[in-house]
Amino acid sequence: MLETTWFVLWGILWAIYFALDGYDFGLGMNMPFLARSEDDKRVIYNVAGPFWDGNQVWLVTAGGVTFAAFPGTYAVLFSSLYTPLLLLLFALIFRGVSFEFRRKVDSQRWRNFWDGCNVLGSFLPALLFGVAFANIFMGIPLNAEQINEGNLLTLLNPYGLAGGVLFVFLFSLHGGLWLAVRAQGEMEQRAATWSNRMWYAVLFTVVAFLILSLIYTDLLANYVANPLLLFVLLIIILGLVQTKAFLLQETYSKAWACSAVTILSLTLFGILGIFPSLLPSTIDPAYSMTIANSASSTLTLQIMLGVAVIFVPLVIAYQSWVYLRFSHKITAEDLDYEEAY
Amino acid sequence: MDIVSLSRLQFAMTTCVHFIFVPLTLGLSLLVAYMETKYVRTKDEIYRQMTKFWGKLFLINFALGVVTGIALEFQFGTNWSAYSMYVGDIFGSLLAIEATVAFFLESTFLGVWIFGWNRLSPRMHNASIWLVALAANLSAFWIIMANGWMQNPVGYIFGQGRAELESFTALIRNEFAWHQFIHTLSASFVLSGFFVLGISAYHLLRRQNMNFFRKSFRLAAPFTLVFAILVLVQGHTHGSNVAKHQPEKMAAMDSHWETQTWAPQYLFVIPDPANERNRVEFLPIPGGLSLLAHHSFDAEVTGLRDFPEQDRPPVMVTFLSFRTMVGLGVLFPLLAAWAWIRRKDPSRSPCLLKVLPWIIPLPYIAIQLGWIVAELGRQPWIVYGMMRTSDAVSPGVSSGQVTGSLIGFTLIYALLAGLCIFLLTKYARQGPKDPALSRA
Repeated sequence: MLETTWFVLWGILWAIYFALDGYDFGLGMNMPFLARSEDDKRVIYNVAGPFWDGNQVWLVTAGGVTFAAFPGTYAVLFSSLYTPLLLLLFALIFRGVSFEFRRKVDSQRWRNFWDGCNVLGSFLPALLFGVAFANIFMGIPLNAEQINEGNLLTLLNPYGLAGGVLFVFLFSLHGGLWLAVRAQGEMEQRAATWSNRMWYAVLFTVVAFLILSLIYTDLLANYVANPLLLFVLLIIILGLVQTKAFLLQETYSKAWACSAVTILSLTLFGILGIFPSLLPSTIDPAYSMTIANSASSTLTLQIMLGVAVIFVPLVIAYQSWVYLRFSHKITAEDLDYEEAY
Repeated sequence: MDIVSLSRLQFAMTTCVHFIFVPLTLGLSLLVAYMETKYVRTKDEIYRQMTKFWGKLFLINFALGVVTGIALEFQFGTNWSAYSMYVGDIFGSLLAIEATVAFFLESTFLGVWIFGWNRLSPRMHNASIWLVALAANLSAFWIIMANGWMQNPVGYIFGQGRAELESFTALIRNEFAWHQFIHTLSASFVLSGFFVLGISAYHLLRRQNMNFFRKSFRLAAPFTLVFAILVLVQGHTHGSNVAKHQPEKMAAMDSHWETQTWAPQYLFVIPDPANERNRVEFLPIPGGLSLLAHHSFDAEVTGLRDFPEQDRPPVMVTFLSFRTMVGLGVLFPLLAAWAWIRRKDPSRSPCLLKVLPWIIPLPYIAIQLGWIVAELGRQPWIVYGMMRTSDAVSPGVSSGQVTGSLIGFTLIYALLAGLCIFLLTKYARQGPKDPALSRA
């Protein structure tokens, strides 16, 4: 039971990470398409401004919890995905620094360099997380020694690539919506138009990904065994439909929230599908990393649960406060603000 | 190179670079928070400008600290998966607690602080930077409890082919880890203090923004002195604690080969590890090493020869790093005392003002050397006495992969560290924004 609780928490932490940092990645990826002037670019940086760093910590926590609650999975997963994870890391390094450094030297070349870092540093993680999680949902060729027999190219299979494209579109929509929430005037309009179009791309890739999941993965088995879980699928559909509905009503913050729900439920759809594995093996299910063969001791799981039960709601509470306090529309005054990005 | 050496080199390089940025974050966050408190209390505009100026340097440095930190968390899994599997039950939980309890607080409220000058009451705004400062130091606590466990594993039992947690309280009451924590924190505060003193001295010497930098100087001087004394005094007890828990490391730190009572402390030594002796030993303090290690002149100090060769740390690097660190550690209280004596009007001592900017790199070097002693001196163990570093690497990763990532890290870190130093220098030289302050 303790292991199962941690499995669900593990999934939720990754899902929250994608729902939050996802829009930061989307903002970066959308920048070449939506920003026409220096001020436009600055609006994009500043709508993520107060939040991106706090969003990123969900990754550190999700990674840390994988380590703490399922050290076996952490070890096998991270070493199996060595090359993509390091690429991801390099991308995140440049993305993070771009926010702080971009305006520190008054030169067009300097700014262009950091814009490039932010765009690539947003696109690559979106793509790589998508590829990685699709492969987790499908399983990787783990042998009896729990060593991955595949390589980078094995990860770039059709389903893995579909996952990558799915994340890129999902996050692009998510970022577009956040921009519509916080930008004004022409930028807001552009962001809304972008999101309206991107929504169709998301709809198409979500449907395609779900169909491909039937072909490439065993995710459905858990849903057949436990049809109640199908409500997750229902939430994905509801989230998507409502995103469009609110977009058309131009209530962007609600559309953004629905897009966040879509990302959350899509991630959980895959994670609930692989239970009780955290990293299935395509060679033999017996070689999979599961809650049984990779969990920490009962004592560690209990202590960690105590920490999580107290602190995760606390984090959600103070981060919500920050969102409420700082999600206003960006004005010219905000761009003149000395500390603005 | 083999996979173990490559992975070690990568971890060493990425940790060292990470720890260029961490100490300034730990200390400067407190100083900036204190400056803002002064502003909130006195409403004196100069403290607001001080908060902004030193805060800007803090933020440039902070960005690099964060991104290089994530690289370390990932590497335990990517490069040291055998280690992660073996000790994750204990080590992983400390890292996860760090993220949940401290790092969230630090990162979230940093955003609040950066964007909140006009959106929060002065008190609330000041509270946000205090939260950042406390969370940063709390972060350090959890990370060092994790490292301290690698140095002196406690509170565990062996079960299911791995180390499992037996007592969480033993983990966070680990005496060795507490020594490390206090040592690291006070060293970081010394570094931050000299950072503020050095930059202030640079401007005072050029008679720029005199009032502004005189106040900064005066604020940093006692802070630096207190922790420079603490790090030295406490460093001594930390050293004898090392002797108690890791006698091989202690012997390597002093290049001490022969087990003996009344072990002398030589002021000048040239080690000769190949022949298991010292080439030169000069100026002995009789019983000095015995006293330092075990608080008594006639205590027996075990020499390196009495440890099996495969359990000895690399002597030369450990020894040189330790000696140089101690040398610098003795210098810092003297310099800090000089600055403290002149705190009211440092401009009256141009000599002091000329010296201090050049001191800025020294605490950085001392801290790096300290970690080299701690980590290299623990070899060949990744967890002291429990697991060897050579058994800890990821079995499924090839040396080609690690070579690639090592090259990637080296290029990226060289670029970013270079840019960071460039920006820090640029903004430090530029001084505060408001020209009105320079008249004072």
